[in-house]
Amino acid sequence: MNALQTAGTVAAGSTPVGPVLHVSDLVKSYGGPTVLKGVSFTAYAGVSLAVIGANGSGKSTLLKCLIRLTDPTSGRIEMLGQEVGTLNARALRRFRSRIGVVWQKHNLVPRISALSNVLHGVQSRLGGPQSWWHWAAPAPVRAEAMACLARVGLADKALQRVDSLSGGQQQRVAIARMLMQRPEIVLADEPDASLDPQSGEDVMRLLSDLARQDGLTLIVISHRLEHTLEFSDRIIGLAGGQITLDVATGKADAGQLRRFFDKPGEGTP
Amino acid sequence: MTASIPAPPRFQHRSLTEYLGIVVVIALVVTSIANTAPSLDSLQRGLVRLVAPSGFLAQMFPPDLSRVDHIAWKLLETLQMAVAGAALGLVFAVPFAILATDRLSPHPVIKFAARGLIAFFRTVPDLVWAIFFIIVVGLGPAAGVLALMIDKIGFAGRFFAEAMEEADTGPQDALRAIGASRMGIIFSAVFPACLPSFTATSLFALEKSVRGSAALGLVGAGGIGVDLKVAFDLFNYDEALTIILMMLILVVAVEQGSSWIRAKLI
Repeated sequence: MNALQTAGTVAAGSTPVGPVLHVSDLVKSYGGPTVLKGVSFTAYAGVSLAVIGANGSGKSTLLKCLIRLTDPTSGRIEMLGQEVGTLNARALRRFRSRIGVVWQKHNLVPRISALSNVLHGVQSRLGGPQSWWHWAAPAPVRAEAMACLARVGLADKALQRVDSLSGGQQQRVAIARMLMQRPEIVLADEPDASLDPQSGEDVMRLLSDLARQDGLTLIVISHRLEHTLEFSDRIIGLAGGQITLDVATGKADAGQLRRFFDKPGEGTP
Repeated sequence: MTASIPAPPRFQHRSLTEYLGIVVVIALVVTSIANTAPSLDSLQRGLVRLVAPSGFLAQMFPPDLSRVDHIAWKLLETLQMAVAGAALGLVFAVPFAILATDRLSPHPVIKFAARGLIAFFRTVPDLVWAIFFIIVVGLGPAAGVLALMIDKIGFAGRFFAEAMEEADTGPQDALRAIGASRMGIIFSAVFPACLPSFTATSLFALEKSVRGSAALGLVGAGGIGVDLKVAFDLFNYDEALTIILMMLILVVAVEQGSSWIRAKLI
């Protein structure tokens, strides 16, 4: 526990930090093999945490468990002061509205404009048709969506159909949608994975800069060593469903990390 | 010279069950034809009557155009019935389809019930629905519109549900993760993704509705069908031909128009 706190404090410099996420003994089994075998870690406010691990090590499952897109088999998750496992459907919706998620595949709605897609982020706090299409949205909401698009550098593409944009631009629209949510924590599942190296780096830099500007906690599943080292404050490594590495990025050894990017089965240190 | 390789057997060995299956199918086809198809003799006599100098075909030509304006008005009524029936059917098909879709239905029992109802609406022919609604609302176009509506709920409900089942789940999951409501997910993620498929289905429903509406008059549910029936009953075959030709023009026009719209939109 001390080691964890040290890592968090080091990363955030002199800013006082507190835990925003505490996971203890998280187990997830899909009936067959157990994917997560008692995962425990803590994340601190304003700290960028990279989760690394080989394919099949349980990274994505861990992320889905955090917002209960899949229910954990056992264990406890406390995020933003709430016991995630005990939330009922309504409370879970309210809770999810505070967590921004950026997916590996941008998961935007095709055939509609970039602006409408960004506007969907408001659905966490505003229901009804005014949050479905940009033309039906109240002026302040439209303005906020435009501001979010401007922050990712795509204000000029607002009315363009989102499926006509490049992969990198689509991922930036997805980030703008996440900003529209006004999240307190951002979870990102390999946001650079389906992009070419340059676009991937641009997206990671953008995400990292925005999180820093807004003081957001960022939890990124990362699959590129260089991005992990450049854009995180702390790194945890998953191997065989367990955390086998927890280190401040500044103190991490590239050779030690490299094992987590290898083929499945070779990631166990 | 290469060694001769024995050719494979011409026929594969089949099991007794397979032979039995073949015999049953042949028996079904033969008995069906024997019991229901016309005999050669009656076909021959019918053809003679058809082409005789004072026969059916001769009486049809030339088509009687004296009541073209009346027929045109009735045709317009038929088209209006078709449009009204299709529009109402499509509107009501959407909620039925949502309830019948795996990921969107609130409960498996509701999903099962919605699917059952859609299948029921689709299975019963629209002429039977027309007879049913004539009993409910009386003779006339209203019964026809209701019959077409029910038929289209069955038709479009199924295809709408299939389109929603096949829609990419990624955007839906993304909105669910944001904390969006079920309605929010349906309207902002599912419908836009399904729009091309919905449009195609709606246009097919309209075409089907136009073809169906022409026949509904035969049982008294409004539209041109009743004029066709009267023309046949009174042996006014030349007027019947006019009606058939004008119906043909309407159906072809609607089909062409709908293919044009489909090509433009999708």
